[in-house]
Amino acid sequence: MRHALIRAALLLCSAGWLVTAGPVLAEESQPEPKPLKLTTTADHTKFKELQQTFNSGPEVTKACLRCHTEAAGQIHRTKHWKWEYLNPETKQTLGKKTVVNNFCISIASNYASCTSCHVGYGWKDASFDFASEENVDCLACHDTTGNYKKPPGFAGNPVVKDTEFPPGSGKIIKGIDLTKIAQKVGKSSRDTCGACHFNGGGGDGVKHGDMDSSLAAPTKDIDVHMDAEGLDFTCGTCHKTSSHDVAGSRYTPTAKDSKGAHVRGKADNGNPATCVACHGNGPHKSVARLNQHATKIACQTCHIPTYARGGIATKMTWDWSTAGQRDAEGKHIVKKDAKGRIVYESRKGDFTLAENVKPEYAWFNGNVQYTLLTDKIEKSEQRTPINKMGGSPSDGKSMIWPMKVFRGSQPYDPVNKTLITPHTAGNDDTGFWKNLDWDKAIPVGMKDSGAPYSGKFDFIKTEMSWPITHMVAPKDKALGCAECHSKQSRLAGIQGIYIPVRDNNKLLDTIGWSIVFLTMLGVFGHGAIRIVSSRKH
Amino acid sequence: MTERIYVFKRFERFWHWSQAGLIMFLMLTAFDIHGTYTIFGFEKAVAYHTIAAWSLIGLWVFAIFWHFTTGEWKQYIPTTEKVLAMVHYYSVGIFRNEPHPFKLTQLRKHNPLQRLAYLAIMICVGPLIWVTGVLYLFYDNWAAWGLGRLSLEWVANGHIAGAFMMLAFLIAHVYLTTAGHTPLAHIKAMITGWEEVD
Repeated sequence: MRHALIRAALLLCSAGWLVTAGPVLAEESQPEPKPLKLTTTADHTKFKELQQTFNSGPEVTKACLRCHTEAAGQIHRTKHWKWEYLNPETKQTLGKKTVVNNFCISIASNYASCTSCHVGYGWKDASFDFASEENVDCLACHDTTGNYKKPPGFAGNPVVKDTEFPPGSGKIIKGIDLTKIAQKVGKSSRDTCGACHFNGGGGDGVKHGDMDSSLAAPTKDIDVHMDAEGLDFTCGTCHKTSSHDVAGSRYTPTAKDSKGAHVRGKADNGNPATCVACHGNGPHKSVARLNQHATKIACQTCHIPTYARGGIATKMTWDWSTAGQRDAEGKHIVKKDAKGRIVYESRKGDFTLAENVKPEYAWFNGNVQYTLLTDKIEKSEQRTPINKMGGSPSDGKSMIWPMKVFRGSQPYDPVNKTLITPHTAGNDDTGFWKNLDWDKAIPVGMKDSGAPYSGKFDFIKTEMSWPITHMVAPKDKALGCAECHSKQSRLAGIQGIYIPVRDNNKLLDTIGWSIVFLTMLGVFGHGAIRIVSSRKH
Repeated sequence: MTERIYVFKRFERFWHWSQAGLIMFLMLTAFDIHGTYTIFGFEKAVAYHTIAAWSLIGLWVFAIFWHFTTGEWKQYIPTTEKVLAMVHYYSVGIFRNEPHPFKLTQLRKHNPLQRLAYLAIMICVGPLIWVTGVLYLFYDNWAAWGLGRLSLEWVANGHIAGAFMMLAFLIAHVYLTTAGHTPLAHIKAMITGWEEVD
């Protein structure tokens, strides 16, 4: 049997030799095999549909949909398109269309600017048609050239011809070649996701702190998974997308994942973007005690020692109440710190920024309750939570999570006792960023939100929590024990658990040291008397 | 006129000094862990403390075996005889150069106060430290062992209380080694095995 196999193998080898050693002509007629590393089976430059001049985004989309017939329909179901999300637990209607935050506050009446990050074209006001297929923007996520841009102010449309913007400003936005971009489409990348998500809050690293342009090609120290020279994860490696719906959510985050690692072939209904989805629930091999820690502490707490580690500062506070100042000539003011970062703008107020920030920590069970425009708020010593993070040490669903807590002061209506959605962006007379006049900006914004406005405004202190989950450090940079097991514990504010050293009992220490001290006193006293009395004898 | 009695056998001396070293190292690491000072830092101190604890447990297995096979355990049976005399000696007599009320022999190498003190350490402080210490080490397994309702805080505080008592004992114990007929007589005996008695 074995001999027969060897003989067959020899025969095959010699046959192969015959082919390869055949006439030179025959060899040339053999086409080169395709490189194995192609990430796609389609070369879009060869598609007739894309060999035309595109003058607008929707024209490109129509061409895409001729082959990818169901793609727009898939997009229509996603948060990326709808900017709307019904939280099944709290029954709150959320999404960018509805929520109010303490950064740029709200998109209402500011669509043309904000929707430069919408996966669509033309959302310029509340009348946008969410059923339109051609207004789905394929390129925002599938551009591979890096040239695709959607400048704020164009309602999510790219600029195809050189355009002066704002009109009369003398600033020219260069037009981009949509044909070249369309022919080079491919998978989404850190750059395509990052074009919006690195810039949340209006600039690089502003909002999240754990996401900024340093993640476009990070070192291992910045992110062990996305390390451009190592594992080189894209966003999609964890945020595993199916039917264009991207996994992972800030409205209903998975605070505690006890379902273990996902396995091929098994129906895993859980969130694929959690740490556990790959690492399982007992990932610490050499120090088993850490697995016990991981039953109460989110992986992120130890493995993300600080955020904003990539050299890009994140905003920590934003005080809208100081906005609106003008210089002696009546012009807008911009103040920068020693590092050249903006710390005051007439349009926006005062900021503080920080790099390498130690997170704050809180019990978190994944339940997030937003303060919406319809919710009543009271001005008090306590900051009003923009999003209240649920969690307690005893609900069995909470873990200790690292958070960026963003604190600010923003306009609110002291009569109706609600937050306010001002009209900020826009090249018109009522836009706050142009005319610095709250009395004009607020009624326009509130009307667009469909919310009542009393005509009076004040400023209210708010805070918003952002669970930290990106910028995972290499394991040797994870938190050491003493970061928490010390009197200056990082978890100083965490209630409901006993943390050795942090929770040393002061009374016990006092009694203990007293006993030790009295023993010493007794010993020295006894010894001294012995020495003195021995001299007498 | 002094005579020499062989009171501490070779294993006993080995046990005593390795135990002394381990306990002092355990003390050193204990209060490092506790945050009183930083020598190794919490993480390393915990690791060293754990290794030293297991070493001491190992040593004790041998020591217990030795005590029972040699019958030396009887040295720790408490007695009320001459206890008051000893108290009087330590509180008054020692200053007046009075003779030691206890005559040491091979069969009674601990004076009555020593017996009581060692026994108290062995049945109170020791178990407190060991039970809480082992529970502390196996905190991860409490639920599996059906001890889920145990409070880590109580276990930890019990362990810390034990440590303070042991430290107080250590101080008194070291001091009392100087209470022989010369200040170093007891320590010499613990090293050589031979005690000089009047």
